[in-house]
Amino acid sequence: MMYFSRLKTWLILGACLIGAILCVPNLLPAPAPWLPWRTVHLGLDLQGGSYLLLEVDMKAVIKERLDGLVDAVRQALRPGGIFYATLEAQPDQNRVLLRLRDASKTEAAVAALRPLISPEGPTAVPDMTVDSTPDGQILLTLSPVALKSRALGAVQQSIEIVRRRIDETGVLDPQITQQGDDRIVVQLPGVGDPERIKTLLGQTAHMTFRLVDTAANANAPGAVPPPGDDFLPMEKDTQQKIAVRKRVDVDGGDLTDARAGTNPQTGEWVVNFTFNSVGARRFADITRANVNRPFAIVLDNKVISAPRINEPITGGRGQISGSFTAGSANDLAVLLRAGALPAPLTVVEQRSVGPELGADSIRAGAMSLAIGFVLVIGFMGTFYGLFGWFANAALVVNLLLMLAIMSLLEATLTLPGMAGILLTLGMAVDANILINERIREESHNGRPPLAALEAGFTRAYSTIFDSNATAFLAHVMLFAFGSGPVRGFAVTITVGIATSLFTAWMLTRLLVSKWYTSHRPRLLPV
Amino acid sequence: MFMKPRFRLVPDGTRIKFMRGRFMGLIVSAILSTASVVLFFYPGLNLGIDFAGGVVMEVRTPGPADFTQIRAALAEEHIGAQGVQRFGDASEVLIRLGAQPSEQATQAAVTRVKAALDKAVPGAKVLRTDAVGASVSAELFRNGLLALGISLLMILVYIWFRFEWQFAVGAVVTLILDVTKAIGFLALTRIEFDLVMVAAILTILGYSTNDKVVVYDRVRENLRKYKTMPLRELIDLSINETLNRTLGTSMTVFLASLPLALFGGESISGFAWVMLFGIVVGTSSSIFIAAPILLFLGENKLRRDSVAVVAAKARPRTPSGAGAP
Repeated sequence: MMYFSRLKTWLILGACLIGAILCVPNLLPAPAPWLPWRTVHLGLDLQGGSYLLLEVDMKAVIKERLDGLVDAVRQALRPGGIFYATLEAQPDQNRVLLRLRDASKTEAAVAALRPLISPEGPTAVPDMTVDSTPDGQILLTLSPVALKSRALGAVQQSIEIVRRRIDETGVLDPQITQQGDDRIVVQLPGVGDPERIKTLLGQTAHMTFRLVDTAANANAPGAVPPPGDDFLPMEKDTQQKIAVRKRVDVDGGDLTDARAGTNPQTGEWVVNFTFNSVGARRFADITRANVNRPFAIVLDNKVISAPRINEPITGGRGQISGSFTAGSANDLAVLLRAGALPAPLTVVEQRSVGPELGADSIRAGAMSLAIGFVLVIGFMGTFYGLFGWFANAALVVNLLLMLAIMSLLEATLTLPGMAGILLTLGMAVDANILINERIREESHNGRPPLAALEAGFTRAYSTIFDSNATAFLAHVMLFAFGSGPVRGFAVTITVGIATSLFTAWMLTRLLVSKWYTSHRPRLLPV
Repeated sequence: MFMKPRFRLVPDGTRIKFMRGRFMGLIVSAILSTASVVLFFYPGLNLGIDFAGGVVMEVRTPGPADFTQIRAALAEEHIGAQGVQRFGDASEVLIRLGAQPSEQATQAAVTRVKAALDKAVPGAKVLRTDAVGASVSAELFRNGLLALGISLLMILVYIWFRFEWQFAVGAVVTLILDVTKAIGFLALTRIEFDLVMVAAILTILGYSTNDKVVVYDRVRENLRKYKTMPLRELIDLSINETLNRTLGTSMTVFLASLPLALFGGESISGFAWVMLFGIVVGTSSSIFIAAPILLFLGENKLRRDSVAVVAAKARPRTPSGAGAP
């Protein structure tokens, strides 16, 4: 137990040295980009920043799919002359309900609807089922597989759009990841006030160009939109409504670029946009056919402006005006460039910390850490003498190794994580206390020094192992179920428990053994 | 001065008869835990926004904060603030809003508070904003309870596996008593119960188990060593033998947590106070609760008929020099 071969000695010291080297990247900037330079990251609560948890509105995704399906059903039934009494989307049941006027045509209708079923994904599972009853009722239900793949697609597309929008704002190193089935985590280091980003992410930014129905009066009290029309509010004054055709002439998805600028004549802020070739052709066709009629630019079901078409616009370029400020014109340009979200996003959790408070936390944490360290070291030194100082040496190495492993894992250090380091310091010496008490006991029972050391380390081993294993289990659970800064706490403690086993069991034993062979004391200082 | 220990927490070779106080210990613990359970229901825990949902904003004003002015400004905007209170410094204010009816309303509330502040106290800086919607807070609460429950279960299974079932039951019953007391402490002190507190309770759980395992380990060893000693004496002996270690480790963890409680800042000091409380409870429960339970459960079993079983079970796991890593 107390004998260390030369190889073993070097292995232990080598591990400590490697640990020390791995800590270096935390102190220096990377000298060359090709060097693996792994460091501990400061959590958002320490460096300042924002954590946003966004939820993709899956109901909207499903509803949009069902609305599309309703349109497809309408078109599929038209050529066969099949008439229906009801055709409605039922988003709660993930289905479209169709009730035919003439029940005898049920089979013909089902046949006509058959082409709508398309295989979903590489497994080629049909994306919906068509069920009919003899009384002329037909149900088109989306399959669970289809729902799942659609949800996944929506989340992944949302992540892409969110990334593009945030990149446009110039935030450094944003982290955007999926969480669970329908959530997106956005971490923004250094952003203490994420209001602008929340505004940018809070809009679907689905832009459409549609004709205005000049025949209908949307502002008459109790007016009901005629078929094929929507009454949409104006962006500037939501009380004011405008009758807009349901049919989308050109979609914002056909934009290739959008930039904020000023109108040279009026000096007001505008957004200039460019269409791709498909959009340019359709825009040219529509404007040519509708000269002198108003044309609505609709963003998220609100009309930004409804200018009159003075002449056909064939160049694929256009301009949106509508009482913008420099900021709002820029934001709209960003949204149009980044593209529309497949579904609305809701912020369900926000944690923002300003850089000032982060710095305060680091200061408070560092001070507590320093004082706690001194107290623990002082205690061990006074209560266990020389063996206490061996333990203290091991404690310092333990701290280095913790930092090294956390750097390797590129773990995040949070304020609770700093508390975790401090608690680990307090608990790590437990192994040494167990060993020291044991050696003392054996020595007092009359064993000669070497035998007492042997017995002390041997007998303390199973106790150390059992007592640390249970604490380890509790913190693994905390990591599994915790979130955010609390996970940082769990990480530091689990890493600390592991490294303290090494330092207490191997390093202290090595130190004691070297001390014993060089001094050969007749009595142990315990 | 670096060689010899300067002094000891307790003298060597103490023979304190702890098991004499076993009924006293259990009764006191039962009373405290019952009181804690009562406190848990009335007045209940002061749930933080992690679990209750809502908005918390920490604001630094240019000069000393004028609370009435801020309250008035919020009232003017019809923002139902649950609390506007001093937080640390005289210029720091904590504004707290209760759970909002929807996720959108939660976010809107943040914006409205900010606008009201900008108008009433120009130059006020928002240092921290936490806004948690109802769905997330429910989830966090569930996960916190799950972490707690599964940890207890794993500790039970682990100790069962390494020791006898009497040890495992004794440990887990004691841990449950410890946790209820920590919750009672939280309810009494009105320290906010949030995610960090779940971490604190789990740490207390880990620490307290650690303490019990050390005593149990010595009991197991002594069961093999003194085959005829009555269990009651044997437990007393084991506690006495490990007393210096028990108190020593409590001291180091206590010393490590103390600076956090005093200097760690508002957000972490609550955690540290709960830890300090937990250390005291965890240490005393190892002696006065876990050991008596073991005595009751094992009085006839561990001593007479299963000595051979215990010895046989423990022997292969006794580490030898060769078995060490």
